[in-house]
Amino acid sequence: MADRSDYGGKRQEPVSVLTSRWDVPDAHTLAGYERTGGYQVLRSVLDADPAHLRQQVKDSGLRGRGGAGFPTGVKWGFMPLDGPKPVYLVVNADEGEPGTFKDRELMERDPHQLLEGMAISGRALKSKRGFIFLRGEYLWPGIRLEEAIAEAYDAGYLGAGIMGSDLDFDITLHYAAGAYICGEETALLNALEGRRGQPRLRPPFPAIAGAYAAPTAVNNVETIMNVPWIIERGVDWYRSIGTEKSPGPKVFCVSGEVQRPGNYEWPMGTPAKQIVEESCLGMLPERELKFWVPGGSSTPLLTAEHYHDNITMDFESIQAAGSLMGTTAMMMYSHRTSVVDAALNWTRFYEHESCGKCTPCREGTFWLGQILQRILDGDGRPEDIDILTDVTAGIFQRAFCALADGACSPIDSSLKYFRDEYEYLVEHGRLPDHIERHAGPVTQNSGHLRPNHRAPLYDPEPAKV
Amino acid sequence: MFSSELREKAETLVGRYPIARSALLPLLHLVQSQDGYLSDDGITECAELLDLTKAEVMAVATFYTMYKREPMGRHLVSVCTNFSCKVRGAQDVYDRLAERLGVGHNQTTEDGTFTFEHAECLGNCEGAPVVSVDYFNYECMTPAGAEQLLDQVASGDMPLPTRGLRSPGIRMVSHRLAGLGPHPDDIDRGHELGFATGTDGGAPPPVTSEVGPQAEMEVVTSELARESDGQRAEAEQQVRTAGLEPEEVEEQAGPDARESPTRGGGSGAPGTTADAGDDHGKAHDG
Repeated sequence: MADRSDYGGKRQEPVSVLTSRWDVPDAHTLAGYERTGGYQVLRSVLDADPAHLRQQVKDSGLRGRGGAGFPTGVKWGFMPLDGPKPVYLVVNADEGEPGTFKDRELMERDPHQLLEGMAISGRALKSKRGFIFLRGEYLWPGIRLEEAIAEAYDAGYLGAGIMGSDLDFDITLHYAAGAYICGEETALLNALEGRRGQPRLRPPFPAIAGAYAAPTAVNNVETIMNVPWIIERGVDWYRSIGTEKSPGPKVFCVSGEVQRPGNYEWPMGTPAKQIVEESCLGMLPERELKFWVPGGSSTPLLTAEHYHDNITMDFESIQAAGSLMGTTAMMMYSHRTSVVDAALNWTRFYEHESCGKCTPCREGTFWLGQILQRILDGDGRPEDIDILTDVTAGIFQRAFCALADGACSPIDSSLKYFRDEYEYLVEHGRLPDHIERHAGPVTQNSGHLRPNHRAPLYDPEPAKV
Repeated sequence: MFSSELREKAETLVGRYPIARSALLPLLHLVQSQDGYLSDDGITECAELLDLTKAEVMAVATFYTMYKREPMGRHLVSVCTNFSCKVRGAQDVYDRLAERLGVGHNQTTEDGTFTFEHAECLGNCEGAPVVSVDYFNYECMTPAGAEQLLDQVASGDMPLPTRGLRSPGIRMVSHRLAGLGPHPDDIDRGHELGFATGTDGGAPPPVTSEVGPQAEMEVVTSELARESDGQRAEAEQQVRTAGLEPEEVEEQAGPDARESPTRGGGSGAPGTTADAGDDHGKAHDG
């Protein structure tokens, strides 16, 4: 049994913090949320000193959950909060990184957790106005949020004079219209202002001049959901989870050729293998792990070797292995799957999603797609592999935002580890016998079941006021 | 043109934001709700409402995938073909449906029932392969299952999606995407949710607090971009007080995360050194 392994001495116990209400059937309603301690933390901070709240978030070591892992408290610290302009809080719910689906499920199952986190963050940042910039395709989470917002207003948790205090906070839900690039924070702000979602030059950074040129905090959904827990349980508790430099719980989205794909919460620093073996019951039958990405398609892929060496999922270890934590969207693929097809698939994605602002990205992704397509179609030329590296070298770090770098990741990293597959394709005009471009339907998917390996609620009692 | 009722709704949307132009994306959803696509009339109307030129509105409208420039059918069927769906059979699903409907990507069936498309990652990879009908997701599809789904949708016997509601059609869904809650003709179905919130059926409440710069849009100017070495040093110091190394944070954010506060000159535009961080340098959240 996989369970008995200690994963090279790195074994972790599962946690249930952000997902602790996922097993409560009515957690998405106000009644369900209040019954499980909801809005108690907000109540407790109504008179709190905003600076103290910000200090707690800073001391907790919370790092942004949207990809870059920048310390949230430090980011907040850059904002001029007492200037003449209003301060905005914008929640980045434009989740589109391929393989990422944590924010969707968090919002579907526990929308009030986001609202409470926003109201508390609003208090910390002296902001009276929050926006949820939601991916347009996320209609169902949007409906859940709409209802939660309406309920929270009715109950006095949002709006003017929250719970009889002098604290005001309004939330506007804003559906986007389908553009991956809007997950980039300045592109997001452009979209929110009714413009094309193209990134802006920085500086100025949103913390100084963001939405409507006012100081703006742009934070990921999961980041904001951590805030109530930090304020309630304290910094020491928070830092007791995860690693020193990557503290806290994390929701990992595992997909691809595993038995049970899904969102699973573990401490930062849990071995990737433990997550996949224990939460997902390993790979599908007769499929062995060949390559995987730790944080969405924009992060360089890793191999079975990293996995079996028990690489841990935290910023330091993943970076040391040459990849990035990204959104912690772990996509696992087997020895039957072509890594070149994966690279093509993702390249087409970036080609489609390039906003067109910078030439290297706009044109380069188009060329890369064509070259990969012809290699896979059996028309590859020996020089094509060098052209690929040449083109990615011309794109990497030469565009305005990180989308272009993300587009290079799958190609550069697959060439690094699986150059032989490219060479075989060019030489023989087809894939090796045991590899398919894409495997057939998988019908034995039990993705909706929640894992058994989940800890009980951290604290079944309502939060202390 | 907008009906008078819709005009009123449009004005509600405009009033919801600190500046009018922020309502443009919702307004375009509203146009699709009335016309089933971005009609020329609708574009004109948005331009008038927001005091923009038609070209400005078109520039925005053509940027986003969810805005269609040809009339959509009653339902929009999207098949996710990103890789986690593909390795579980999404391409077969797409091919079978394309054959069955006799249309390709972004085309509408002759009878006007379905508009068909392949979509980028729909963020539902645990249920791969995913087919969405008007953005409500049906998980773990097989080619045969997807075919049956479309038959049921076409005959008005729509099964409940894995997540969400039976779709009332793309136009009514667009009403929701405009931020106006369920379409008036669709209110009763609110009860399918298991609970309802008041009479508005869950529509976002009006904004009450008066905050934000009113009317005039302030533009981000180069004035704001000035930055000194001192500011950068201060930013680096702040990262250190959080127990982290600025260089490490930058590296972990991704090789080109110019949002991190520590990059001195380098690959970005001149003077690209930040004084503020970012939540998502490398892997975009969206």
